[in-house]
Amino acid sequence: MTDALWYFARGSGVVSLLLLTVVVALGIGSRSGRPAFGLPRFAVSLLHRNAALLAIVFLVGHVLSLLFDPYAQLRLLDTVLPFAGHYRPVWQGLGTLGFDLLVALVGTSLLRHRLGARVWRTVHWLAYLCWPVALLHGLGTGTDNGTWWLWAISIACVVVVVAALAWRISPNFSRFPARADRAVAPRLRPHLEEVK
Amino acid sequence: MTSVVEQVERRLLAGTGAAGPGRLPVLDPSQIIGMARDAGLTGRGGAGFPVWRKLTAVAPGSVVIANGAEGEPASGKDRALLAYQPDLVLDGLQLIGMAARAGTAHLYAPKAALAPLRAVLAARHDRLPVTLHAAPDAFVSGEETAVVSAIGGRAAVPSDKRIRTVDKGFLVQNVETLAHLALIARHGPGWFRTAGTADEPGTFLATVSGAVRRPGVVEAGYGVRLGELIAAAGGPAAELRAVLIGGYHGGWVPADPALPVSRRALEPYGAAPGAGVIVALPRNACGLSETARIVGYLADQVAGQCGPCVNGLPRMAGTLADLAARRPEPGLAAEAQRLARLVSGRGACRHPDGTARLVLSAMRAFEADVAAHLNGRCLAVEGPR
Amino acid sequence: MRLHIDWTACDGRGVCTELLTEMLTEDDWGFPVLRNGDTVPPPLDGAARRAVDRCPMLALRLVT
Repeated sequence: MTDALWYFARGSGVVSLLLLTVVVALGIGSRSGRPAFGLPRFAVSLLHRNAALLAIVFLVGHVLSLLFDPYAQLRLLDTVLPFAGHYRPVWQGLGTLGFDLLVALVGTSLLRHRLGARVWRTVHWLAYLCWPVALLHGLGTGTDNGTWWLWAISIACVVVVVAALAWRISPNFSRFPARADRAVAPRLRPHLEEVK
Repeated sequence: MTSVVEQVERRLLAGTGAAGPGRLPVLDPSQIIGMARDAGLTGRGGAGFPVWRKLTAVAPGSVVIANGAEGEPASGKDRALLAYQPDLVLDGLQLIGMAARAGTAHLYAPKAALAPLRAVLAARHDRLPVTLHAAPDAFVSGEETAVVSAIGGRAAVPSDKRIRTVDKGFLVQNVETLAHLALIARHGPGWFRTAGTADEPGTFLATVSGAVRRPGVVEAGYGVRLGELIAAAGGPAAELRAVLIGGYHGGWVPADPALPVSRRALEPYGAAPGAGVIVALPRNACGLSETARIVGYLADQVAGQCGPCVNGLPRMAGTLADLAARRPEPGLAAEAQRLARLVSGRGACRHPDGTARLVLSAMRAFEADVAAHLNGRCLAVEGPR
Repeated sequence: MRLHIDWTACDGRGVCTELLTEMLTEDDWGFPVLRNGDTVPPPLDGAARRAVDRCPMLALRLVT
């Protein structure tokens, strides 16, 4: 039974990383305005959301299995507060941090109609922190670090995200490269002084 | 541009001497709303919305704002009014303040207009204290939601209008509108209606410029003949080709001296009196070149927020510039019209709509010029054949 | 019900024009254009709600 928990913890962690990689790539893809990966734009956006929700499910499984695993000795506090654990506190802490970030990202996204676009977008920039944290956590902690297959998976994930980022900054990323930027004209910015 | 010239009618521009307009009566909100309704007073900032309806809609405790921003380069009447009749404007601001049971009042105008107002305000003992704000020198800074944004210390840019400005607790009125209200409070709605037409009562300030002998601000009743307005500005300085009415967001009309300047009479030309801007185009000037210049200016004046305007107006300006430069592309006029229709109604404010209105009216008024330009000729240079 | 576009927020990402092709098309720069006014016909109610929900800029709203 304890072995099963341990295997599940490792497996669900790897699946979460794969899903998060897909989420990041689709998130970047949905920003383009082009039908990305052969999918229409709304499908890219829906898949991005659903993959993120699925990643949360696997991460909850990952954390729960470690809570009940006698070997990991994870305390409830460690699931929320990063870098306070006993077992490889830094690497495990990265996992906790990544989990916290993901909860913030998904939570604000689900509430974005209530929070407003500005708050949501600001928080969403954390995605670029969340993903590398998750990657490092996977590489540094656990039984599988140093195995060829975890390295292969990690490298594949990096390749996907780097490729998506390269596409993001390339000139043909936008569907309408000739489109003018929307920015408030400097002459209208606040410079007014109260005279009385 | 701010010189006040001969008037067809003398109301707002009457008491510029020491006589003054006399004491402002004390009125309650329902009396103020009632007299604005009976007078049929409409906003003089350009949109022409009935004043009493805004007064009825606004909630007690709202903020009242006198808007003298006047970003339109061809308009000078608000500046003239603030310079010659500041007390009428400030009286009107107190009146809408009373009507809205306002907590605060603001006056928003170009910086140069504010310095003299400080002394005027200090000499008055207003129930509702007035705060002065400098308006950026830009075309859209006087738009209603841009005014509210600027008063709040943010950029003077228009905002989305899903919720009306009055429902957000702000009552914005043009300074000329306020001056009219101050006169109505003294002389009554019946007196106000003795000028203008039955549908469009009262007088308005017109800024007449272009090919006239004495450009400046003129006052007249709605329905005044175009020829009378131009005569009040010294008469035409040359034979006229066309007249731009309603300013840069207005429309080109034929230089017909008998044409009444009223909403109803100008509607067939896609024009309206708007904020009273009249620009006379002489026979030897090209209407297409003048329109291209104005559209270029308007494209440069976009606030920068709305995609269709930010992209559409420069494209429209480029098309007009090609047409003015007599580029032999047969599709240019149709493209200008397509772009005008494309941007209409697709912005937070009416800047794209107003620009489109000007372009569409130019394509109608200068149809013969368009044909000549596409053949590499220009009627303004050659004269009519 | 009417479809309201907040043009100060719209970034022309093109999700709404896919989800609501019956009502919206794209202009030269990818910003939505209403085909025949902003009134949402009852059969398109669900599609309009989805478009509002999926707009990445929260620029769409249904107003009565």
